[in-house]
Amino acid sequence: MTSLPQSTTKKLGLVIDLDTCVGCQACATSCKEWNAQGDSGPLTDTDPYGADPSGPWFNRIHGYEVKEQGRDDSRIVNFPRSCLHCEDAACVTVCPTGASYKRAEDGIVLVNPETCIGCKLCSWACPYGAREYDYTQGVMKKCTLCVDRIYNTNLEPEDQVPACVKACPTGARHFGDLGDVNSDVSLLVKQRGGYDLLPEMGYKPTNKYLPPRARRESRQPHIEPLPRSNGSPMENLFLWADRLLSKRSASLGSGEDNSGKLEG
Amino acid sequence: MNPAYSVILFTTASGAGYGLLALISMAGASHGRASTTAFAFTTLFIALALITIGLLSSTLHLGRPKRAWRAFSQWRSSWLSREGIAAILTYPLAIAFGTCWSGVVDAPSLIAPLGYATAIMSWVTVFCTAQIYASLKTIRAWHQPLTVPVYLAFSAATGSVLLTAVANYFGRFVPFQSVLAFSAILTLIILKFIYWRMVDRSPRTHTMAGATGLGAGVRQWEVPHTSTNFIMKEMGFVVARRHGYRLRMVCLALLDISFGLMVFCSNLPWLSYIAVPVILLAAWIERWLFFAQAEHVVGLFYGKQSA
Repeated sequence: MTSLPQSTTKKLGLVIDLDTCVGCQACATSCKEWNAQGDSGPLTDTDPYGADPSGPWFNRIHGYEVKEQGRDDSRIVNFPRSCLHCEDAACVTVCPTGASYKRAEDGIVLVNPETCIGCKLCSWACPYGAREYDYTQGVMKKCTLCVDRIYNTNLEPEDQVPACVKACPTGARHFGDLGDVNSDVSLLVKQRGGYDLLPEMGYKPTNKYLPPRARRESRQPHIEPLPRSNGSPMENLFLWADRLLSKRSASLGSGEDNSGKLEG
Repeated sequence: MNPAYSVILFTTASGAGYGLLALISMAGASHGRASTTAFAFTTLFIALALITIGLLSSTLHLGRPKRAWRAFSQWRSSWLSREGIAAILTYPLAIAFGTCWSGVVDAPSLIAPLGYATAIMSWVTVFCTAQIYASLKTIRAWHQPLTVPVYLAFSAATGSVLLTAVANYFGRFVPFQSVLAFSAILTLIILKFIYWRMVDRSPRTHTMAGATGLGAGVRQWEVPHTSTNFIMKEMGFVVARRHGYRLRMVCLALLDISFGLMVFCSNLPWLSYIAVPVILLAAWIERWLFFAQAEHVVGLFYGKQSA
């Protein structure tokens, strides 16, 4: 049924920390690897090793340059983009077959590959580009929030999280129930000012993004100016020693010059 | 948006077919039985053939055409499903109307109710088709108040030109048909002109800053994939946008020509034969532009600053 549930018991989703994401693509590759063999697999590619590889991925990592006002330099923000499992998911309501649905128990938005007719209307309705069409199978594919991992008791408890969350080396991806105000993810969103993408469109995405932290000015690298010579006897002594030692090492002309390396 | 030929053919052909079907069924409802069986069969055949070609063509757009029947199930929420149901319901009504209207079955009292029902379902089907596009908030050029009226006007204009041409062939031309046609075309020209002005002037309310949440100073630094993907091909599709303005002018010129042909049709009914290809070409160009010039919000993640 493509009518949306009135409310969902849980609101499972991801919280993505744009401050700590390093853009390593581990989440994307791990997602592809898991889902190519999981419930929605095979997640086929065309021409995978050729000049023009193409195929559905559930996660795409954009890189944005952000120039803050009043600063000369800019910062790079790595930005993973995947299905946000919206509360008011237009991709579900437009589906003519009922293949797209939102689960009442946990809010996960899924596509049934057995009943999808591949009309692509859901991809038109999604503002986030979360749905990608599988040209080889003629059906729409999307992030499942690793529904075949998170409830999979054959896996160790620590592995019962989405593959992308498990793979993230910097802990920039968090998984949990955003419907529970006391869950770790909800507290994180509250603490860090997590936000919705395109909130004005009204789809009420479940996934939240944590903004990059403000820059710490004291840590900004800057070049120390060389101290001016004051001509003191001590300074002259050092200059003399420097000249003498330079001459010595030059005349020796062999061995590795390790001067200055200890501090470097 | 990628202007898929299957969808363009579907909306233009079935639009014209439903327009013609609606007009003959309204004519039957108000005038009773058709003058000749041949005229009734020919118009009905052309209308249903156009509709069927359109619907079959639309299934070519599907990844799994054999599962198309499943699309009749979600009428509660989906305009695409509603359209499919409306299209299928129109067939038996049109055939029942046609058998009475042509005189194959002698039931004059049924012509009017079946005629009105067929006409209503024809317009409802076109309305549903238009609503598929108009209901998408993600595409500014489609989410416009005039999207649905333009679809209905195109259906009426192409259908009335077809009706005039067929009636003329059977020696059943009456000036009212050409009046109807040029009125519909004039309405269409005005609506489409206003539509284009509205689209061009409507504010781009969504920005890359809002899509990424990264503020006004954001710009794309690195794309997430080295080759293209479905999103880029389907939504980010850019083709001959720079010719957009000229193509709009060509479309308007073709509509103006078909308007003129239908005005002079009262004295020279054979002009309607020329008007048919002219207005169908205009419909094709308009529908192509409708897709090619539509920008999707997802472009904001791929470097577009506003949508």
